[in-house]
Amino acid sequence: MFVLLCFQSGPASLTTEDLSTNANGPKQASLFDDDPDDLFAEATEEVSLDSPDRDVLLSDGPSPAITPMTPPTSVITPRIGHAHDDMFTHSSFDEFCCVLWLNVVFLVPGDGMNAYMAYKVTTKTSMSLFKLREFSVRRRFSDFLGLHSKLASKYLHIGYIVPPAPEKSIVGMTKVKVGKEDQSSNEFVEKRRSALERYLMRTVKHPILLKDPDVLQFLESSELPRAVSTQALSSAGLLRMVNKAADAVNKMTIKMNESDAWFEEKQQHFENLDVQLRKLHASVESLVLHRKELSMNMASFAKSAAMLGNSEDHTALSRALSQLAEVEEKIDQLQQDQANADFYFLSELLGDYVRLITAVKGVFDQRMKTWQKWQDSQMMLQKKREAEAKLQFNNKPDKLQQAKDEIKELEMKVQQGERDFEQISKTIRKEVGRFEKERVKDFKSTVIQYLETLLQTQQQMIKYWEAFLPEAKAIS
Amino acid sequence: MTTLDDSNKEKIRSVSVDLNNDASLLIDIPDALCERDKVKFTVHTKTTLSSFQKPEFSVPRQHEDFIWLHDTLVETEDYAGLIIPPAPPKPDFEGPREKMHKLGEGEATMTKEEYTKMKQELEAEYLAVFKKTVQVHEIFLQRLSSHPILNKDRNFQIFLEYDQDLSVRRKNAKEMFGGFFKNMVKSADEVLISGVKEVDDFFEQEKTFLLDYYSKIKDSTAKAEKMTRSHKNIADDYIRISSLMYQQKITRILIYTHIVVTMSFVSLQKVEGRVASDQELKLTELLRYYMRDIQAAKDLLYRRARALADYENSNKALDKARLKSKDIPQAEEHQQQCLQKFDKLSESGKKELTSFKGRRVVAFRKNLIEMAELEIKHAKVRSSIQLYYICFIMCTNELQYAWGICKILCEQI
Repeated sequence: MFVLLCFQSGPASLTTEDLSTNANGPKQASLFDDDPDDLFAEATEEVSLDSPDRDVLLSDGPSPAITPMTPPTSVITPRIGHAHDDMFTHSSFDEFCCVLWLNVVFLVPGDGMNAYMAYKVTTKTSMSLFKLREFSVRRRFSDFLGLHSKLASKYLHIGYIVPPAPEKSIVGMTKVKVGKEDQSSNEFVEKRRSALERYLMRTVKHPILLKDPDVLQFLESSELPRAVSTQALSSAGLLRMVNKAADAVNKMTIKMNESDAWFEEKQQHFENLDVQLRKLHASVESLVLHRKELSMNMASFAKSAAMLGNSEDHTALSRALSQLAEVEEKIDQLQQDQANADFYFLSELLGDYVRLITAVKGVFDQRMKTWQKWQDSQMMLQKKREAEAKLQFNNKPDKLQQAKDEIKELEMKVQQGERDFEQISKTIRKEVGRFEKERVKDFKSTVIQYLETLLQTQQQMIKYWEAFLPEAKAIS
Repeated sequence: MTTLDDSNKEKIRSVSVDLNNDASLLIDIPDALCERDKVKFTVHTKTTLSSFQKPEFSVPRQHEDFIWLHDTLVETEDYAGLIIPPAPPKPDFEGPREKMHKLGEGEATMTKEEYTKMKQELEAEYLAVFKKTVQVHEIFLQRLSSHPILNKDRNFQIFLEYDQDLSVRRKNAKEMFGGFFKNMVKSADEVLISGVKEVDDFFEQEKTFLLDYYSKIKDSTAKAEKMTRSHKNIADDYIRISSLMYQQKITRILIYTHIVVTMSFVSLQKVEGRVASDQELKLTELLRYYMRDIQAAKDLLYRRARALADYENSNKALDKARLKSKDIPQAEEHQQQCLQKFDKLSESGKKELTSFKGRRVVAFRKNLIEMAELEIKHAKVRSSIQLYYICFIMCTNELQYAWGICKILCEQI
């Protein structure tokens, strides 16, 4: 029932097949803290090295000719979780896969700010959870936010790491709604589409969340009640803000006696990771910017070199300079595509993980809250017991009975609190283990895809310069 | 004390061609010392000519001495028909200095590795600027030594030989003022000259061509410099990214894989940095140098045009004199002088401009070829690095499977 992870960046791309789902292999087990009763451990897909799809992949010729990447509106964003078709059918598990992708449909017209962007969510699955094998629904941005808030309210407080939804952007969306058909709106739409896709994929990859009726309804049902409470300026939104502030204050006042070293270590680990990821994200954003600058500068140089070539009165040199201009222009396009890759592969991934780590920290906070609740009930119980003793001393039989009832109630509450605390601790351990595995796979596959794009860029550059060289040599 | 060995010098002597071939006068700058803002060049001469006192000698010179020599040559009437090699630009350490400043400021926020790497980058950049300035000064002298007329110039000889400080000569206020004045008049003339009718087709064509070409090449030079700066920025970003990745085990796949990814970024950065400096040397320097050279050629044209204007004026003066029947012999003589001067300028100018074109084409060819070859080399290096690391990352999980892919992918290069 676990979700198989196959990352595929494009047609017949050999390198991004991630068959490393044999997490039970000896090498990896030592690195991750797998509980002996980790339910997820056996749920991972094991693909034998002799499966027929491997031969298919191995016998493929060299990678096909490089297709230079096209501007953001097309299919260059990383597909997390697209099944390779062969894998799908040859798998040894019966029901395992739920794959989905998002396409932008169109801007549903409305008056001014009431217009909205509709996204087509297509799911392909073999799980018996769903009625059909392949189906599509139309959703809007607030639906995604609504889904997230429902899941958060149900699962966060018991320790599940619920993937955070993409952030609102009033500015970006307004431009699109106003109907500006320019590069930056297209980029914004593509960025959002890609973010929503990643969000959904992360959600369905979680084995518990996948089975949640809200998720199923989101994926399957054609009509969805509008999630009004997700609007930023609504009363629900304000309430959310107030709650967040209250939580922050509480966090500062709760002093938990951490008895479990694992939790202490993990919390520290996530704190560090948070800081470092943010720095890395900032650096990658700077890289994206500089590469865009390089592309612009190359384009303007290319124009200038072309004009110089026109001015040149020596024929062969003139031709060579014009050729140089063309090469630089082509490379500028390459650099632009590379900048997009930098962005979509690295920058967005890092951004996602910065937000995910915040969610992880939130889960740890929930544990603290649960502990606090338990402690509070214990304190109450203590007080009631003292009160009971006093009543007994003062011999007030009717009040005594009431006190004894209350004590019984509180005892149960304390027991429940302890159970809750233990349960959430257990869940968090599993969740963190799963999260770390996912993180590693995610980064690894994205880094490979990114390196691939770099590789493609380089190989294309070689071709261009090699075509130019004879022109330069032809100058006499 | 920064020194350059011979192999280094061969590599950087890229912009001009066919210099320093004549064994009778060989000049080079084997040494240079950088003190704060001032660069002291050691000019070394080896000669078989009897006009020099010794067959081999070295003198220390500053940038200002080179400028003095250039200006002196420009103002020499006899050389009006020659293209005077452009003066070397002042050594510009502004870039590295700014970077050093930034480095100092940001030291607190950077990691140790990042700081070290940026410092190395800074040193490399500093060295590159240093090498470049030595090169342009050297080429200036070599152009002079290979020119049949200019290499006999008395001031040139003094420059090479005089073992005392040249600053006394430099501070000759009259000379400086004269030069300044001449420059001012020249630019006023430019407007005037374009009105003078050109009699010779060759020069008419050259004028049109050079004026147009100059503005285009100036533009290209500026744009090329911007490109180079962008490349450097990207290299810096890679440094930062790789040092951050080194700090933390973001890709904690297997312990050593994160090192692998880091290394791939580091090597990418090194290549990017090298691309930036190679591009700088080949393309930008080429464009920059010929922009200045074309300015020198334009100067020749203006001098000739001024001579033409003088000649025409002398004609007018002669006609006036004949009309007034006064001072006719002086006017005639003056007219003759102007004509002679003009003819001399035209003749030598034609020769100079023709050889200039040939020189330019050869230099462009050489540099464009070298640049293309370097780009190919770098791209190949980068792709093999990336390929290696892709395979490595994959190999870590399934040796058998990944080996097959490695083989397939490696066949592509």
